[in-house]
Amino acid sequence: MKLFDNLQKKIDKKKSIQKHYISKEQIKQTAKENSRIIKELEKQNNRKNVPEEEYLTKMRDSNNVVEFDDLHAYFFTDAGIVKAVDGVSFDIPKKSIVGVVGESGCGKSVTSLALMKLMQKPQGQIFSGEIRYNAKDGKAYNISKVPREDMNKIRGKEMSMIFQEPMTSLNPVFRIGDQLDEILFLHFPGITPEEAKEKSITMLKTVGMAMPESVYSRYPHELSGGMRQRVMIAMALSCDPNLIIADEPTTALDVTIQAQILDLLRSIKNDINGSIMLITHDLGVIAEMADYVVVMYAGRIIEKGTAREIYKNPQHPYTVGLQKSIPALNLNDEKLYTIPGTVPNPINMPNYCYFRDRCNKRFGKCDGEYPATIQISPTHSVACYLAEEIAAELAKSKDGEKNAKK
Amino acid sequence: MRLGLIIVKMIKYIVKRLALSVLILFGVSIIIYGLVRIKPGLDFVQAKYYAQMQLDNTGQVALMVEKQREIYGLTSPILEGYLVWAGNILQGEWGDSFIFSVMTGEVELLVDAEGNPVLDSEGNQLTKPISSSNVLDIIASKSTISFVIALIATILQFGIAIPLGITSATKQYGVVDYSVTVLAMMGISLPSFFFGALLLRVFSIQLGWFPYAGLTDPNSNLPVLLDNIHHLVLPITVLVILSIGGLMRYTRTNMLEVLNADYIRTARAKGLSEHKVIYKHAFRNTLIPLVTILAGILPGLFGGAMITETIFSIDGIGKAAYKAVTMGDIPFVMAYNLFLSVLTVIGTLLSDLMYAVVDPRVKLTGGSK
Ligand SMILES: Nc1ncnc2c1ncn2[C@@H]1O[C@H](COP(=O)(O)OP(=O)(O)OP(=O)(O)O)[C@@H](O)[C@H]1O
Ligand code: SF4
Ligand SMILES: [Mg+2]
Repeated sequence: MKLFDNLQKKIDKKKSIQKHYISKEQIKQTAKENSRIIKELEKQNNRKNVPEEEYLTKMRDSNNVVEFDDLHAYFFTDAGIVKAVDGVSFDIPKKSIVGVVGESGCGKSVTSLALMKLMQKPQGQIFSGEIRYNAKDGKAYNISKVPREDMNKIRGKEMSMIFQEPMTSLNPVFRIGDQLDEILFLHFPGITPEEAKEKSITMLKTVGMAMPESVYSRYPHELSGGMRQRVMIAMALSCDPNLIIADEPTTALDVTIQAQILDLLRSIKNDINGSIMLITHDLGVIAEMADYVVVMYAGRIIEKGTAREIYKNPQHPYTVGLQKSIPALNLNDEKLYTIPGTVPNPINMPNYCYFRDRCNKRFGKCDGEYPATIQISPTHSVACYLAEEIAAELAKSKDGEKNAKK
Repeated sequence: MRLGLIIVKMIKYIVKRLALSVLILFGVSIIIYGLVRIKPGLDFVQAKYYAQMQLDNTGQVALMVEKQREIYGLTSPILEGYLVWAGNILQGEWGDSFIFSVMTGEVELLVDAEGNPVLDSEGNQLTKPISSSNVLDIIASKSTISFVIALIATILQFGIAIPLGITSATKQYGVVDYSVTVLAMMGISLPSFFFGALLLRVFSIQLGWFPYAGLTDPNSNLPVLLDNIHHLVLPITVLVILSIGGLMRYTRTNMLEVLNADYIRTARAKGLSEHKVIYKHAFRNTLIPLVTILAGILPGLFGGAMITETIFSIDGIGKAAYKAVTMGDIPFVMAYNLFLSVLTVIGTLLSDLMYAVVDPRVKLTGGSK
């Protein structure tokens, strides 16, 4: 009898341990569910000869290049749905630089990859929401509905991308020149090899490459990280795109090279006709380069506004924390400020402020559901309960002013 | 200018590698000779002539045996013996096979006891074809058919496996992918003697579609070449089906890895079509690991397929090696193994050279990596 009891105890203990893991059945269940959703979405993506009307749309504001409207971009993994981007809305106005900041893993890259339709397939999918793109010819595309085939007319030509990892972003078996010419041959049919070469070398000069002719005939492994990133930038610029996405273009480089690449981006800003979406986790870089700033946390936007607003008047405790962790602004403190804790796992997020467990301003209300987005000024908005009071005060004082004027 | 420099570098590299190869072959030869020598009891020459020596009273056989033993250094201690044997090998005397002989194509003029030419009725001198048991002659003559078979099988293998591997990687978890995986697993797990026997039973014996042995059929009314091809269908099928699986999986794995690389995302971001992305940007990179396989092809091409040739009674070098092993033809086995090691060493060198051709990051610097 006693033996049996012991056995039962052991089994119970085992069961309780297993509870911490995802069971096999659960994985199977999720996998099945996932493959159903993926199949449906992929069907949409793989359609051929779709009439344009199906994916043409209207911009909310024709002065925007891109409008993200409640974008949900998910990864359907066996462990569950990773809501990497979960309801993101912001605009990229024409001829502007929009900075996207946030900690590692908050969904910055996924936002930009969704825009290019380059999320890892088949598990990475735009689940819902719209991304509207205002093309050079005045047409507006609803990117999430554009089939893969037609996306190729937009990629590279209308919008291009500079990636985080210059060391691995160039194909190791082709010469720099071939890789630069390729994009020209693709988007300017009829261009001769001589013309392409000339243009590529000009582009290499534009990005400040020393000895562009020699670089043209070299292989990627013969260049340093900084040089490779310049090549990537040259490639991104070469079709004169409407929008350049720069995804942490300096993260993988050492400090002096970082400064040079940032200088280059700054000078490009004046030369090009398009906009730049600059992704980084360095608020300092954003502060000096961007016109608008979007702060992301765990797949959502927690604060956005003009660079000045975010810089001078940050409202969300997370943005404040980010700002405190910029080295240059932190002269008197010996130790650099770090926000305690880590970004939560984006599977099965709870329905309360995602930042709650790391927040130093947490108060009673914060235990409620996820805070609504509050408009502080026409351009500045925050998703935090603290801001409610500020907004209320603002409203009051405005009312007061009005009353006084009366 | 630059090309000249590359060629000079390449030659330097090859010379260095060849020197290294000699060292490797030296080691292999020690192992081969050592294995033969450490066998307890009678050595292989004595074993071969044992029965004859018992019957022979004249001492002739014993004399011959001693002479043969000297050739293989069997009369001296192992180290000295090795030097004798290796010296012979270097001089091109690889020994005589106990069981095989081939026609050399040359003829000997027949003479009678007094030394006068023997004439036939028309006054022409009679001749006798010369046969040779020299293992090198045997290897040379028997590897031709093995080479033809292996070449066809290899071309088919690559031609089928690589495209299928790529498709199964790009359509991961699709119908093609699952079928390829199942096929590959079957190919990897089926032993050739079993699969070969199965094919023989079904297609030769029961259905009678294909002949079951050899290369030609005197009763066939097909032209010789067609007849040969008819005979080769089954053995080549065995070779291809059994080797295709591994290559397919290898291609698939490498392709999947390459497709996840950052530069593939760059290629897509340029606006290239999926076809260009896969067959230009990804495929060139998949080729790099595939080149290592070249090292294994060369011994496979010339070394014959031991079991398949035996099952289908094809008189190639593979079958000869099998027969030599079962019948104790040690001189042939030793020579065959040396031949395989030479092929392996050359194959490795070739695959390293090919690496430098397909991967610009590889520099030929000589020495081992
Ligand atoms: N292929 C994928 N499969 C599953 N989950 C993914 C995949 N790619 C990204 N994710 C998840 O999506 C979330 C957002 O990732 P993302 O790459 O956008 O982060 P990020 O903000 O760009 O970070 P970093 O600063 O490190 O580049 C992460 O939690 C990550 O785990
Ligand atoms: S809602 Fe509360 S917990 Fe969340 S950031 Fe604002 S103050 Fe902190
Ligand atoms: Mg990123």
